[in-house]
Amino acid sequence: MQHGYAYQSLRQGLIVGVVLAFVGLIGALTAFAAQPVVAGTLSLTQIILLAGGLAAGHLAQGKLPMARRSPRALSAYGVLAGALGMLLPALMAFLIQAVDMRRVLVNAVPELVAALSLGLGLPLGAVVLVAAGAVLGAAGALLSVVPSPWRRVVITSVATVLALGIVRDKGMPSVLALALLLVVGALAWGYVTYGPRLRGEYRRARAERSELTSGVTIGTGLAVLIVLPHILGIYGTSVLDLVGLYAMMGLGLNIVVGYAGLLDLGYVAFFLIGAYVTGILTSPAAAAKIGMSFWMAWPLALLAAAFAGTLLGVPVLRMRGDYLAIVTLGFGEITRILILSDALKGVSGGAQGVIEIPSPNILGFEFIKPQHFYYLFLLGCVAAVIVSLRLADSRIGRAWMAMREDEDVAEATGINLARHKLLAFGLGASFAGIGGAVFASWLHAAFPNSFTLLVSINILSLIIVGGMGSVPGVILGALVLVGLPEVLREFADFRMISFGALLVIMMLARPEGLWPAQRRRRELEVREA
Amino acid sequence: MRRRFSGPIDATRLIVGAIGVLVVALVVVRIAINLTAGEYRASTYISQAIFGLAQGGIYALIALGYTLVYGILFMINFAHSEIFMGGTYVAYFVINAFAQSGFLERSPLLALLITAFVAMGTSIVMAVGLERIAYRPLRRAPRLVPLITAIGASLFLQYAFRGLFGTGVKVYPDTHLNVAGIDLMGGRYDVGGLVIRPIYFVVFFLAAFLMAALYLFIRKTKTGKAMRAVAEDKDTAALMGINVDRVIVITFALGAALAGAAGVMFALYNKQVTHTMGFIPGIKAFTAAVLGGIGNVPGAMLGGLFLGLVESTFPTLLGIDSQLKDVIAFGLLVLVLIFRPTGIMGEVLTRKKA
Repeated sequence: MQHGYAYQSLRQGLIVGVVLAFVGLIGALTAFAAQPVVAGTLSLTQIILLAGGLAAGHLAQGKLPMARRSPRALSAYGVLAGALGMLLPALMAFLIQAVDMRRVLVNAVPELVAALSLGLGLPLGAVVLVAAGAVLGAAGALLSVVPSPWRRVVITSVATVLALGIVRDKGMPSVLALALLLVVGALAWGYVTYGPRLRGEYRRARAERSELTSGVTIGTGLAVLIVLPHILGIYGTSVLDLVGLYAMMGLGLNIVVGYAGLLDLGYVAFFLIGAYVTGILTSPAAAAKIGMSFWMAWPLALLAAAFAGTLLGVPVLRMRGDYLAIVTLGFGEITRILILSDALKGVSGGAQGVIEIPSPNILGFEFIKPQHFYYLFLLGCVAAVIVSLRLADSRIGRAWMAMREDEDVAEATGINLARHKLLAFGLGASFAGIGGAVFASWLHAAFPNSFTLLVSINILSLIIVGGMGSVPGVILGALVLVGLPEVLREFADFRMISFGALLVIMMLARPEGLWPAQRRRRELEVREA
Repeated sequence: MRRRFSGPIDATRLIVGAIGVLVVALVVVRIAINLTAGEYRASTYISQAIFGLAQGGIYALIALGYTLVYGILFMINFAHSEIFMGGTYVAYFVINAFAQSGFLERSPLLALLITAFVAMGTSIVMAVGLERIAYRPLRRAPRLVPLITAIGASLFLQYAFRGLFGTGVKVYPDTHLNVAGIDLMGGRYDVGGLVIRPIYFVVFFLAAFLMAALYLFIRKTKTGKAMRAVAEDKDTAALMGINVDRVIVITFALGAALAGAAGVMFALYNKQVTHTMGFIPGIKAFTAAVLGGIGNVPGAMLGGLFLGLVESTFPTLLGIDSQLKDVIAFGLLVLVLIFRPTGIMGEVLTRKKA
């Protein structure tokens, strides 16, 4: 539809305004007002509002054709978008002050009004907000005409400073922020100016990469990983433990979903089986009272999970896509409900789960601290990575990828679909089995409610966000989707809603993931063409 | 469409088939034993069946949303359960206000109608918005992408409602609607040893009415015909001059309206409304849609009713804990998908390979 550009700009501003109002009403703006990013100067809420203004301007300029892009026009449309973008929250602030809606919208509180009016109270704050919006809108629109190197420099340095400020508990002192801004800016400028040349050289070096250099790189990487827990301390290490666990399971699911193209939404069931088998076999408090050691129990957990995986594969051999997803989801839920129920209480402990699971024990050395488990997870991850990479390049891996693309054609080329599907399910499940075993020993307990559908969705998401079928992608996904929320603990309230939004946005903007496997990127690019 | 596998799989198919027969046999035997043991009176089963029919009606209405969208876009709208929840949630505020002001007492019928319309309207807005923002750009994307988007949207909506309206459980007020001396909404009557709540009948008949209305709409109106055409072949329909985008929006809206109405009915007897209330009914409704043959409208209706009945009566029939009620639903889903993926009434649409 061809509308005037003023209308388009206003529309973009409206979108930003609605988003900001929404973010306010879910309580984020109020909570973030106490979060300093630049200590004493900027709170996270203010950053969000600023970003809103800039975004409005940026979106508005995106709607303008090349012919219309004079600085004056850009600023004009930017002003429109930015002003409207801020007007909506301002009006909302007035409304909240006038009408008590707290029984319905629980976050429509005076603190929100304060945040929206930038601490200046209404009506002054509202006027300032709208004016700021106008200015920022113009700035956002004009940013597009700033020559590319400078623009990237500015964006990179600002983004870095903000990110660090958010992660640090008390924000960053303004002096440090300024200094960092300049330093990162300089570095970015250097990269942008000299980058292309350096990148060319790097690529050449990579192509000529010898066994020795690969070995050195891997060796250094491993050395860093081994030393990491001692640098990061207890909290950091326990975060990495969780990341490692999810990375391992992600790699397992990656085999099923990424390589073989079988959408499994019930993956948590194998995790559950691994954990419970370990618990039942090792815990002195479990009904069977076997009291095995962890080292004897985990292979059994692995086998149990692999067996379950293969078992799951048999009935679903003929299913495609969505049906497969739903059936596997059903299996996952059935497993959880059965374990939770009183029917199996004798074995699995019902809602109480299995407790007193002992830590792994090597010759008297007991794995207690997060650092100890870190090495266990690291080992598991390394094994998983090696297996995944070897599989990807093997005949089996290629058969899987053929199967993923088009089952009928794959079958026609002689690939035994059934065998490969079962192999994928079983192998993928075994990763979760090991994960479950270590998890149970780590937590010293196994409760049914740790194994919900959400866990399956989490693991699936980190594959999707990281890049399906791509080993570095899965690990990156684990870092982002598991590690980041742990680091950003203060925002725990908004974790799920951000997660949902992130999934949608990623699918709309970058469905191939953050670090896609080379093949996949080409596939998705072609389809979008 | 059955695919043939060579080699060892004939053995596994035999095993799977044998397991299926075994399961059915076990169920039948168990039921026979329980019935002859006579532990429960017939009245228990009857009251369970009545409740089951009401639940089934709800499932059927929600299932229609899934089946309609799948028929047109070949995607499972995971977020449909949140559309069900959303309408009910927003309508809570309306009906609560009515209860507090006394309007609910004075003219319950009008109050309920307004509440229902608010619910349906909210659901429609949510569904149309969802389609516009999240699904439309991904129409031509590979299968997995819209699925993940739907999951993300579902999570987002759940927690958006939690963020906006808080974590407290909202409880629908008791309503009383007196018609010919019977309290249709709130009453409990003892009829010959049987405890009957008329609301279950009301829900069932309302659901049936809405389903019939939808069926007539699809069969008899021009828009309905357009919907069927788009479901059969989107591109050809476009060539015939049908505005495919508009039809898709209407499909989403219809499914949402039904879900919203179902939500209000559900909340009237279930009382509790939370941001996660959509999840389990959603999965069960999807089960029902698959049971009846996904893409098949009468199938979804029958599937829903069937599921509701089975779910309510089987725990007692089988003599197992009602804790495992959900397992029955999931188990049914799994069994249907394994042994008859085309559902009870078969897939009406030709299968296109994605």
